[in-house]
Amino acid sequence: MTPAIELINIDKRFGAVHANNNVSLSIAKSSIHGIIGENGAGKSTLMSILFGFYAADKGEINVDGKPVKIKTSTDAIALGIGMVHQHFMLVDPFTVLENVILGAEGGALIGPALAKARAELKRLADEYELDVDPDAIVGELPVGLQQRVEILKALYKGADVLILDEPTGVLTPDEADHLFRILQQLRDQGKTVVLITHKLREIMAVTDHVSVMRRGEMVATKKTAETSVEELAELMVGRRVLLHVDKGKANPGDVVLDVKNLVWRDRKGTPRVDGVSFQVRKGEIVGIAGVSGNGQSELLDVITGIAKATSGTVMFEGDDITALHDPAILRQRGMAHVPEDRQHRGLITSFSAAESAILGWQNDPKLGRSYHLNRNAVIEQCRKQMEEFDVRPADPLLKSAKFSGGNQQKLILAREIGSNPDLLIVGQPTRGVDIGAIEFIHKRLIQLRDMGKAILLVSVELDEIRSLSDRILVMFSGRVMGELDSSADERECGLLMAGVVKDAA
Amino acid sequence: MDLSIFFEILSSTIRMSVPLILACLAGLWSERSGIVDIGLEGKILTGAFAAASASFYFQSAWAGLFFAVIISVCMALVHGYASITQRGNQVVSGVAINMLALGLTSVIGNSWFKQGGRTPALGDTTRFMPINFPGRESLFNLPVVGAISKIFLDHSVLTYLAFAMVPLSAWALAKTRFGLRLRAVGENPHAVDTAGISVAKLRYQAVIIAGILCGVAGAYLSTSLSASFVRDMSAGRGYMALTALIFANWRAWPALYACLLFGFLQAIANFLQGVKLFGFEIPVQFFNALPYVMTVILLAGFIGKSIPPRASGVPYTKDR
Repeated sequence: MTPAIELINIDKRFGAVHANNNVSLSIAKSSIHGIIGENGAGKSTLMSILFGFYAADKGEINVDGKPVKIKTSTDAIALGIGMVHQHFMLVDPFTVLENVILGAEGGALIGPALAKARAELKRLADEYELDVDPDAIVGELPVGLQQRVEILKALYKGADVLILDEPTGVLTPDEADHLFRILQQLRDQGKTVVLITHKLREIMAVTDHVSVMRRGEMVATKKTAETSVEELAELMVGRRVLLHVDKGKANPGDVVLDVKNLVWRDRKGTPRVDGVSFQVRKGEIVGIAGVSGNGQSELLDVITGIAKATSGTVMFEGDDITALHDPAILRQRGMAHVPEDRQHRGLITSFSAAESAILGWQNDPKLGRSYHLNRNAVIEQCRKQMEEFDVRPADPLLKSAKFSGGNQQKLILAREIGSNPDLLIVGQPTRGVDIGAIEFIHKRLIQLRDMGKAILLVSVELDEIRSLSDRILVMFSGRVMGELDSSADERECGLLMAGVVKDAA
Repeated sequence: MDLSIFFEILSSTIRMSVPLILACLAGLWSERSGIVDIGLEGKILTGAFAAASASFYFQSAWAGLFFAVIISVCMALVHGYASITQRGNQVVSGVAINMLALGLTSVIGNSWFKQGGRTPALGDTTRFMPINFPGRESLFNLPVVGAISKIFLDHSVLTYLAFAMVPLSAWALAKTRFGLRLRAVGENPHAVDTAGISVAKLRYQAVIIAGILCGVAGAYLSTSLSASFVRDMSAGRGYMALTALIFANWRAWPALYACLLFGFLQAIANFLQGVKLFGFEIPVQFFNALPYVMTVILLAGFIGKSIPPRASGVPYTKDR
């Protein structure tokens, strides 16, 4: 059978970056083909070339066995290729119908197209479980439904090949499962699906074939049934990856952080942190597990001095810091903080890496006197940190936004650890970070623990909590439901996360 | 104050509103496509100058209108080139156009006509006069009915053109393919680009429409409302139109109402000059400032919300 898509020797450079190096790929009809690779491996570039968003420097494209030239998105759409971008290409104030017909209006007036699209959406909804209210304003829909609108857009324009770029990044696990069901139905009805992702679990769950990219090259194509998570991880990173964390026993020392009956109420008076007490000692990692939105973020805000506690006390190295409410002073005293939301709180995306790397430490006398900032010192310090934390590309002058999620996170970790803190507070250290970087970050955290630092870790990834923490606290609805040790099994944690407390036997 | 003054004020309201409506719609088209247009004022001014000069030279008001539109579109294309092709700062480009217009019109006017920046006075045959329809005089001479019909019927063809542009713009934006794409490009140009539509082409089209409308507004000022060009005769109307646009939340029909309201305030200001109300003389500046004061109150969130098109003012580049 002729493949739906063939890419032959595709080559693309962006300045010095070789985004696609002589890449070839063949995608079978009526299959789900996964393309996996770390952030920046060239997956999105390759698909953007197929969709006519970028032009390749070299190479050929065959669609249904026929050589084609794809210069613009219009060409791609005409060849039956549709793309669901990672960042949705939707017009928020438009209705679903208006979004769907944009670019396929079929005449100078949009009335007939709206009517046609309404009928077509109904058909697609019945066929593929793709229900969306056609008159809803897209900006008001939850992300899961917005993604559905993107898929509908592509199908309405007659896509036979549907490319999805990191589709699950914004979805809850339930929404992701629903998406996978939709994709399987599309395949069963004869459509070809290309799924770009860096999540191994998704590849194993839904694809028929998988291609692995690394640093701009296509390193392997396999049948999903004949490969394993371990093999794919190794192919992606280019070396053996430890999916489990190696760590010795903890040697807890003095209490560094002591939280007692901490309460924080929001403006409406609802307690979001509700009587939380715990301690973190030197040389241990305390993990806080829980489904997102159960008070973890608020707890971090209060401890780090961003929000002011309603009642209760926070003691840091023996001092009561509850009323201090000043993150800058806490940092000076040795409390480092890697915030949950790295894009908004961790760094300033329009700053260069070097500038982002001194945020909060801009008054350090090493970096310049009084009102002056010694630019060379700032750049030099960042260069050192980049080397130590393997930040790629190691360019201190590059805009923070241009780094991948994993490298941004490493940059922040370097900054926070570099200040040699006594207590490190880390929120979601590996959210949106590729495996190579996850392994690195985990190793560093363990290393830091073994140096005798206290670490408070908050993560929604239960696996991460379980593999790193020496003690696990589970939060539900603002309360700590219970404490488990690191050997606790997943079921036990899961029950606490859902707010179910077993009676003490 | 008798009733005839009241009718006069209403008639004047319509005359004052015309340039505002045209400029406001120009701003609407431009900004809905994502191009902020501070340069309305400058385009009106060059349009007014071109209209008065061409009308005098060719002895034809229509020739004046034609050149007003051409020159104003040229200014619009300069703005387009700076902000679309070169991805420059749209506010800076707009301000530059305003300053350029103010300087150029007086310098060139002075050099051509040697009347201190004025253009020669135009006779009735070379202006847009109120339309002379059959039975006009006898209708206007009727008691009451005459006075009322005079409010609406004693205007030039440009006035009716301006008012006709309101439903036309509203319809085109809402119901046509061009309108849909234009609205989309002002909200999320990436969506438009991935749908296989040229962002730059759409934005140039919008900017040209704005140029045409500003040109007509300029021609109205110098060849209909008055009979020559004088220095800075647009007198802030471009800014007031932008204010009306914010007030109207970037929609065509509300833009009409906002412009009528602002026109009414201008008309009152003209008529109440020196008139005492309840023993006080109300300063003209009070009415002139009202539109801006009202807009500030609106923006502060006391009346409602005004949300500009999301991509407005942001040059489009492919990478994010």
